[in-house]
Amino acid sequence: MTDLTPHGTEPAKLGYSPVADIPHALRVSDTDPAAAKRAERQIASMFLLSMILVVVFIVAFCTIDKDTNVYIPVFGEVGFLTIVLGLTSGLSILLIGTGAIQWAKKLMPDVEVVQMRHEMTSPQDATDEAAANYERGKDESGFARYTIIRRTLIGAMALFPIPVIFLLRDLWSSPESGTLTPDEILSHTIWKKGERIVVDATYLPVRPQDLPIGGLVSAVPASLKEVQEAEGNLNARGKSAIILVRMDPKDIVAQQGDGWDYQGIVAYSKICTHVGCPIALYEQRTHHLLCPCHQSTFDLANAGAVVFGPAARNMPQLPIGVDSEGYLIAMDDFNQPIGPSFWERG
Amino acid sequence: MSTTSPVETKGAAAATYLDQRLGSNKFLARNLGKVFPDHWSFMLGEIALYSFIVVLLTGTYLTLFFKPSMVELVYNGSYVPLKGIQMSEAYSSTLDISFDVRGGLLIRQMHHWAALLFVAAMSVHMFRVFFTGAFRKPRELNWIIGVVLVTMGLGAGFTGYSLPDDLLSGTGLQIIRGIVQSIPVIGTWGAFLLFGGEFPGTDIISRLYPIHILLIPGLILALVTVHLIMVFTQKHTQFPGPGRTNDNVVGYPLLPVYMAKAGGFFFIVFGVIALIGGLVSINPIWIFGPYTPDQVSAGSQPDWYIGWLDGALRLMPNLESTIAGFTLSWNVLVPSVIIPGLLFTALGAYPFIEQFVTGDKREHHLLDRPRNAPTRTALGVMALTFYLLLFIGGGNDLIAAAFNMSINSIIWFLRITLFILPPLMFVLTRRICLGLQRRDNAKLLHGYEAGRILRLPHGEFIEVHEPLSVKELAVITSKSDISPLPIPQKTDIDGVKNKNYKSESRRAKLSHFFYGENIPLPTAAEIAAGQAHVAHDAAIEAPLHAYEDADQIENFHGGVLHHPGMAQTNAEQQDDR
Repeated sequence: MTDLTPHGTEPAKLGYSPVADIPHALRVSDTDPAAAKRAERQIASMFLLSMILVVVFIVAFCTIDKDTNVYIPVFGEVGFLTIVLGLTSGLSILLIGTGAIQWAKKLMPDVEVVQMRHEMTSPQDATDEAAANYERGKDESGFARYTIIRRTLIGAMALFPIPVIFLLRDLWSSPESGTLTPDEILSHTIWKKGERIVVDATYLPVRPQDLPIGGLVSAVPASLKEVQEAEGNLNARGKSAIILVRMDPKDIVAQQGDGWDYQGIVAYSKICTHVGCPIALYEQRTHHLLCPCHQSTFDLANAGAVVFGPAARNMPQLPIGVDSEGYLIAMDDFNQPIGPSFWERG
Repeated sequence: MSTTSPVETKGAAAATYLDQRLGSNKFLARNLGKVFPDHWSFMLGEIALYSFIVVLLTGTYLTLFFKPSMVELVYNGSYVPLKGIQMSEAYSSTLDISFDVRGGLLIRQMHHWAALLFVAAMSVHMFRVFFTGAFRKPRELNWIIGVVLVTMGLGAGFTGYSLPDDLLSGTGLQIIRGIVQSIPVIGTWGAFLLFGGEFPGTDIISRLYPIHILLIPGLILALVTVHLIMVFTQKHTQFPGPGRTNDNVVGYPLLPVYMAKAGGFFFIVFGVIALIGGLVSINPIWIFGPYTPDQVSAGSQPDWYIGWLDGALRLMPNLESTIAGFTLSWNVLVPSVIIPGLLFTALGAYPFIEQFVTGDKREHHLLDRPRNAPTRTALGVMALTFYLLLFIGGGNDLIAAAFNMSINSIIWFLRITLFILPPLMFVLTRRICLGLQRRDNAKLLHGYEAGRILRLPHGEFIEVHEPLSVKELAVITSKSDISPLPIPQKTDIDGVKNKNYKSESRRAKLSHFFYGENIPLPTAAEIAAGQAHVAHDAAIEAPLHAYEDADQIENFHGGVLHHPGMAQTNAEQQDDR
């Protein structure tokens, strides 16, 4: 089915571009009227089916309960309504597309035509006219002559956006934003001497005997609940979360301060010193703590030293002891800012 | 003239009405028949555009229900496992969209899938433009707009990903906080201004919201418009082929073929996104739970387009230095600020770098075959290898878990290959490109190896070669051989010292690096001689076909290269193979 007539010879009619002078094969629908008729029916049925699917969508929307789940192999337990709405709307849209493309491919001409390009560069007379206009403008305004006007204008244009920088200052506006700098705030947590260590979520205090060797507890300061309610945010939690780990005292190689453990129980910040992900993947045997975000690994038996990964600083340790009732308490705040490094940290 | 329907009469009246007020008929006359070339790879940019439109439509719907607020409340919606749990209003309204708004989950998933597709299509479109040299003059500015669009696509994606305030998205924000905080001098202030104080604060969601739904999409929309206007005025590039030159466009007119195809394709992209959104779950935030800064789930993964940055963060060794009492966290700065900064700058600057090195100031509308620009292709593959290794690094924990490997070994392997593999791929790609050029030349000179051995009457065996198709001939000979810039002289003929010797010789060296290795096309005379030889083969073989049916004889008679029928049958034979 090859059309061997050479192309590109017939003159272009108004609205038509010349046909490209390349070999071109005729389609079945070009030569067989029955095939063309079939294509017409195919395309129209796609559009018709699209309309029907919209009706199905409406019916499904109104009749299927939103909480109905169905089991579909591979997909699992899924919301029935979402699936039906997706299928009907998706297919109704898709069929418009396939119909249009089928129309283009089967029934519209598939002969490639040619148009000439023109260089992007403007003709010289246009360039000259533009330049002349510019010169006239420069001359009439006196931009080149009035040096002082020009310079003061440039100065004013450079300065007038500066207030925006000041307007952004109060993006951080709180009682402490006027008195403290960010690095001062980052350097302290709500831990203090005598602050009870309580289990995260339950807020129950911990006694040393509650924690077996190898055990790990995510913990927070006892006052966190009130602080959180007073401040109305999770900031204090983000800084004061710790993990308590108990190991055989003989396994402890080093700590960040003498006697900062309590009978083999050590407390370390939970916030990674790399970029601040909370860490809780602990391996008992090696005493390693692994960050799930970027795999920094800290050795809790060795002063929280980095043994692998992108973190550069030891995990900060919290000195702990017990109070008169025998509950674990902090002996002080962290002696360094917790979490990721920053410029003023030193 | 065919009959005019009432609709057409009305249409003509509308056109006249508009024309009298806007002069629009001049525009229509010029553009309704505008020719667009056809190639499957030109659809990649279309996919990006159409998925962006879907993102806008679905995103607008989501804003009707989403509440960008970090006010804490107790969830009381229909998702039972989270009933009675304290969470932010942002998270709770996202749960409502997912479980209590009929069709809400469909639209949310369509939005997410379309966003993933948007960035993916932009990226692949960019590779296409890069490897075919479509960024060359006069399209350098459009390339820069494209690079900005990709960057904004990443920004749009990340800000959107952060809005639901679930455990996963909050972890992403926590990492952003760490990155901002690592910036020298202004880091802590930057982080405090961004989050309204300490992390997480109660402002970040309501701040990201206008950036996500207004600022970035507005800029993308504006830039996409400029991008398209530029494509329109500069006319689309085309791949080499018969009848296609640097001065013409061969393809289909806007009305009706291109309009039907492009318009239909929009509905296909839209429909497929709706199907995926309805059938395939994405970002099931109800599984992750509400955000709290002291929890994280194992296997935390960002959306795919952030994967390479996360990988860079994972692979970077733990360098940190303290200078005069101030901390510089190279372990954060290098992978998350310096590397992406350099990469995107290099990407934007590439057309200008190449133009400087090649000294090529001509307009290019005919696309390069990647093999014909070996150094560019090799540079692209090198960058792509670097990117992919970082991307793999971003999934190192998943790889370690799936294949039961040591995560430390994976990281060390990637740290080393990151420096070895890209240059290796550069060399390899260049060799492959040059090899393909040699093969092309061999085809020009000897035609196809038909795979048929012929015994001649005097006993000689020959292998029959067949001529190339018109298409293939045009494609192969489209290569333009460029010679590198000349090595400058220290002094000119009159003995005057060349002041610019150093810079010129550096530029010439770069130019030799770029064009130094090139397999020049055979001359026209050599090609003609080669093809004549091929025709001779065909003539020898012709009598053998006398017994076969007439149709097939047609195939081998003549051997005239430009005979359209000849070309067609060859092409058909190729298809059959």
